[in-house]
Amino acid sequence: MENALIVDKLYKAFGRDILKMDTDADILSVTVAHPVIHEVIRFLKEDGDLEFNMLTDLCGIHYPDRGLPLGVVYHLHNLPENKRIRIKTFVTLADPSVSTVTDLFSSANWMERETYDFYGILFTGHPNLKRILNVEYMDFFPLRKEYPLEDPTREDKDDRFFGRNTQ
Amino acid sequence: MEFEEKQYTTLNLGPTHPATHGIFQNVLTMDGEQIVAAEQTIGYIHRAFEKIAEHRPFYQITPLTDRLNYCSSPINNLGWHMTVEKLLGVKTSKRIDYLRIIIMELARITDHLVCNSVIGVDSGALTGFIYVFQERERVYEIYEEVSGARLTTNMGRIGGFERDLSIRAVKKIREFLDHLPKVLHEFEKLLMRNRIFMDRTIGVGPISAERAVNYGFTGPNLRAAGVDYDVRVMTPYSSYEDYEFIIPVGTQGDTYDRFCVRQQEIWESVKLVRQALENLPEGPFHMDVPEFYLPPKQEVYSKMEALIWHFKIVMGEIEVPVGEVYHSVEGGNGELGFFLVSDGGRTPFRLHFRRPGFIYYQAYPEMIRGGVLSDAILTMSSMNVIAGELDA
Repeated sequence: MENALIVDKLYKAFGRDILKMDTDADILSVTVAHPVIHEVIRFLKEDGDLEFNMLTDLCGIHYPDRGLPLGVVYHLHNLPENKRIRIKTFVTLADPSVSTVTDLFSSANWMERETYDFYGILFTGHPNLKRILNVEYMDFFPLRKEYPLEDPTREDKDDRFFGRNTQ
Repeated sequence: MEFEEKQYTTLNLGPTHPATHGIFQNVLTMDGEQIVAAEQTIGYIHRAFEKIAEHRPFYQITPLTDRLNYCSSPINNLGWHMTVEKLLGVKTSKRIDYLRIIIMELARITDHLVCNSVIGVDSGALTGFIYVFQERERVYEIYEEVSGARLTTNMGRIGGFERDLSIRAVKKIREFLDHLPKVLHEFEKLLMRNRIFMDRTIGVGPISAERAVNYGFTGPNLRAAGVDYDVRVMTPYSSYEDYEFIIPVGTQGDTYDRFCVRQQEIWESVKLVRQALENLPEGPFHMDVPEFYLPPKQEVYSKMEALIWHFKIVMGEIEVPVGEVYHSVEGGNGELGFFLVSDGGRTPFRLHFRRPGFIYYQAYPEMIRGGVLSDAILTMSSMNVIAGELDA
């Protein structure tokens, strides 16, 4: 399957909601507006020519300097044709909600819970959105960049001493 | 007379139950001995690797990957190195590729040996387990020759290996290849056509190909359900395209098929190691990646250049390309993926591990529903759920 076909189909179906297309990356990467993410994933899965039938990976990402800082990255895979695609969508910190894809892929269940657990992205329509790896009473989202790795109250554990960047 | 309302029993399988072979909990709702529902709790050994990785230079992330699937650590290590090499655009020599295949296939053998012999243990046959552990020990001695460590191997370096394959290591690998088939035959005699074992495993914990794909299954568990997806063949890395080997596929997706697929994969791995060892080309055992590959210690003490590079690597004064890569390798349990985002800093901006075990273990309640408890335990051991991989 050629990238051009996927690009073409996505533009025809979603037009202005396709925000960015990167065909030079190792995997075709598409950034879409967050309100249409569910439709995009459904289209990629159910379209007769595309049939991305496996959700390989789903994870969060945080760019504190951007206007839409929180992101969700989906890696889809068409197994018979061995074609991969990366879909990204970004939301604000104030309203970090993204539609769930658990109705399309059962595998998304825990991956979305993990993303919620670490980044606080709310997957609307998720059947059981609660923390998965961290303790339930935790009141912050540890993979966001503002949280340092080491205990910030300690002076002997400053990462700058080791040439590392702290946020 | 009115019947009393039906009552279910809640049963805690885990977190520290001998049958879970790791720390994670299953809360089972039981109707007598039948399982009505199951809910899993994981995260007991969560170590925040993804957060730690954002604060570690690339070469210091390798020891973190050891602790994902600790039954086959070298695959994780080398998978991570290949991810960084993909980001850097480094093409490794055939010798490195072949050496990597030897190590990775040995790791796959140990992973599958442990999984399959544990299925035996959980169905009441301890003999095979003790028997094949001797072979696992031999592989660990080979690791020791190659990297100096046994379980958490920290194998190789970005760009190759820290030292060449020694004569002793080659000898040990040859001895292992000679010895393993005999042991495997005996192990298979114990279980493969054993009436009790077959009755305990056939039709237990099945999953259809369609559901397996929907649940993101990969590796032996997916192939047992009849989908011939293997990263080694679909997107060959490390020169897997040079090799002759078969991808065994099951039909039923049940415990017995998972056992047979893993068993057959051990044979294929033996073939692969043999081919790699016979065709091992001459060449360097590491590539010229001065910004990531620490120079040899003798040179650091005697040569200016080496000292400068050593200092640059350790203090993080190196150039890292900006970009995003996803690289996956066929781990012991399936597609082990690394999603690496680099902003040009010393450490990854974001590193996500796609752990196959974390993704397919979600299907467990669906697979055991309606079955009995003793079958559920067999299903779990045949899925090869590794706590380290589950929790990252």
